[in-house]
Amino acid sequence: MSARDDILGGIRRGLGRGALTGAPADALAERVATHRRNLVPARAASLDPAGRVHLFVQMAEAVQTSVTRVAADNDVPDEVARYLASENLPAEVTVAPDPDLDALPWAERPLLQIRRGKAEAGDAVSLTPCLAAVAETGTLMLTSGEGTPTTLNFLPDTHIVVLRAGQVVASYEDGWDLLRTQAIDKLWGLPRAVNFITGPSRTGDIEQRIELGAHGPRRLHVILVDGAKA
Amino acid sequence: MEATSHSFTDNARRELANPVLRRALGMAGAGFPARRAEAIARLPEFEALRDEGKAIKDHTIAHLDYYLELYEKNVTAAGGVVHWARDATEARAAVLEICRSVDAKIVTKGKSMVAEEIALNEHLEANGITPVETDLGEYIIQLRHEPPSHIIAPAIHLMKEQVEEAFRAAHTELDPDRTLSEAPQLCAEARAMLRPRFLAADVGITGANFLVAESGSSIIVTNEGNGDLTQTLPKVHVVVTSIEKVVPTLEDAATLLRLLARSATGQEFSSYTTISTGPRRPGDLDGPEQYHVVLVDNGRSSMIGGEFQDMLRCLKCSACLNHCPVYTAVGGHAYGWVYPGPMGAVLTPALIGLDEAGHLPNASSFCGRCESVCPVRIPLPKMMRHWRERQFAQRKAPATYRYGLRLWAWIAQRPALYHAMVEMKARALGWLGKRRGRFRSMPLARGWTEARDMPAPEGRSFHALWAERQRGRVKADRQ
Repeated sequence: MSARDDILGGIRRGLGRGALTGAPADALAERVATHRRNLVPARAASLDPAGRVHLFVQMAEAVQTSVTRVAADNDVPDEVARYLASENLPAEVTVAPDPDLDALPWAERPLLQIRRGKAEAGDAVSLTPCLAAVAETGTLMLTSGEGTPTTLNFLPDTHIVVLRAGQVVASYEDGWDLLRTQAIDKLWGLPRAVNFITGPSRTGDIEQRIELGAHGPRRLHVILVDGAKA
Repeated sequence: MEATSHSFTDNARRELANPVLRRALGMAGAGFPARRAEAIARLPEFEALRDEGKAIKDHTIAHLDYYLELYEKNVTAAGGVVHWARDATEARAAVLEICRSVDAKIVTKGKSMVAEEIALNEHLEANGITPVETDLGEYIIQLRHEPPSHIIAPAIHLMKEQVEEAFRAAHTELDPDRTLSEAPQLCAEARAMLRPRFLAADVGITGANFLVAESGSSIIVTNEGNGDLTQTLPKVHVVVTSIEKVVPTLEDAATLLRLLARSATGQEFSSYTTISTGPRRPGDLDGPEQYHVVLVDNGRSSMIGGEFQDMLRCLKCSACLNHCPVYTAVGGHAYGWVYPGPMGAVLTPALIGLDEAGHLPNASSFCGRCESVCPVRIPLPKMMRHWRERQFAQRKAPATYRYGLRLWAWIAQRPALYHAMVEMKARALGWLGKRRGRFRSMPLARGWTEARDMPAPEGRSFHALWAERQRGRVKADRQ
């Protein structure tokens, strides 16, 4: 008997029944297909869009994410340059090869060195888009894909994320809905990686004292664009 | 790993006399419970979420065969491979075979308790493969050749001096005169030393906090980002996990995730929650080319339908450890195997047997704090009692304990004798202890008087005083 059959058989013996068929199996399939929400905390669910953005910023800053608000897409390169200078970081950025980021007026900041692609060892700063942000806990939601390699979220010391105010949702459940409508591939299903990111990397493994920048980014900066997509 | 749970009492005695552990646990002691309490106070729905979390896990376990098959189907559809393993031997063999198929030399590892359970590192090393633990705490204890002492804070038993010592001994290529006395320096050094290993690894092994049947995904929760570098950079990602981790939908996972971070570290949400589904897609610029899941049973399926089924709800959050007066006194190593604290006291005998782990369910004061903080309401004290009953029924408890208990039961069933004996004892002890009001040592009660004095009774038993009082009342009524 294969290990698989043995394990499933053992579970069924414990449950005192055979494999499920008919109505009971249909009920479970229905439960999965409808993926009903469980209790969603009122903290964010009860807020209007402006309130959600406010809560997101508050929760994100509480876990050492820095947030700067800009009026429009075209302000993003300026804000990237300003942030890097303010942190004494080199003006070199690895940018996700994403069409929306490509469309930004990078040429207006000629001193900013831009490389498109995935992260390489030694890259200091990355810039990525995101799928959404969850107000409930100040969490960014990023998905992997052709234009959004995952290494950009973890290898560089500094990760900058462009977020539009309209992308801020209340809950993780709202995030799942976005995934299902925008990011599911018919053939493969969910993107290979969905990263919920809440603040920079940290550890408490030495004497329970929190240190930032354990293995992932030491800094997480969000550029929050108030206007809609240009 | 080699279990030493059978010598729990000796382990505990040794650990109680360990000055580093005393300082380390003293430092950690209040932190976790206080942070958890603050996080819960900020979320009014927390108690209702606990009920839902319990219901989700109960529903899943009642249909575990269905959800595991659905999970496997969806992993396969996303291009991944599921390997079923009945026990540790099969699980180790499956991981080794995957590593060999890509001629792996270096394997990076994110934190996985199931990998500890199946003693994976030792097996890889014995077969010429170098496993590198990447969670900072796990890295420290790997350098020190010792097991984790806590589920989410594996090096909680150490102070920074021990970490410095371990780093100086291991990182001999670095300047011996460097300053390494503070936590930021230690963290920076670990980051610098591990970065090249992440990039060089052929295979990355992680655990899973949850598996999602709906999408065939595995979910890991970390704060350091080591799990993500481990699974993103190498050619192959292997998830080593166990069958009870599956949940039906992403919505179910969301509810449990809300419970997990708050119960574990008191965070609103951990820094990184990552949902992984299959290998890299056509057009992806990074990510592993192969995605494997080694799904380990190792005794869990036989817990279904019995008195310990509720234990399968466990999220491995560590809240029960952090709130346990026994764990916070003796630390995790005393428990002698992978899972310490109250959850270990219930799970360990189920996985490695009552003969080896029989002490653990007895290592409890039954104060009930573990159950009161468990995010999925596992009745831990009740299940420890079940183990004690089995131990008694199977005559596995020590003879003095069994005969003592039998003698007590015989006396307790004879009220007249019982009351007379208690009255006699109370009077004798009251008379003997009259001068000091307490005893410094006492025959047959050395376990108590070794660490504290035994207060002397006032001289009469409660029963005798009560009876006298009742008689007085009756007299007064009659007058």
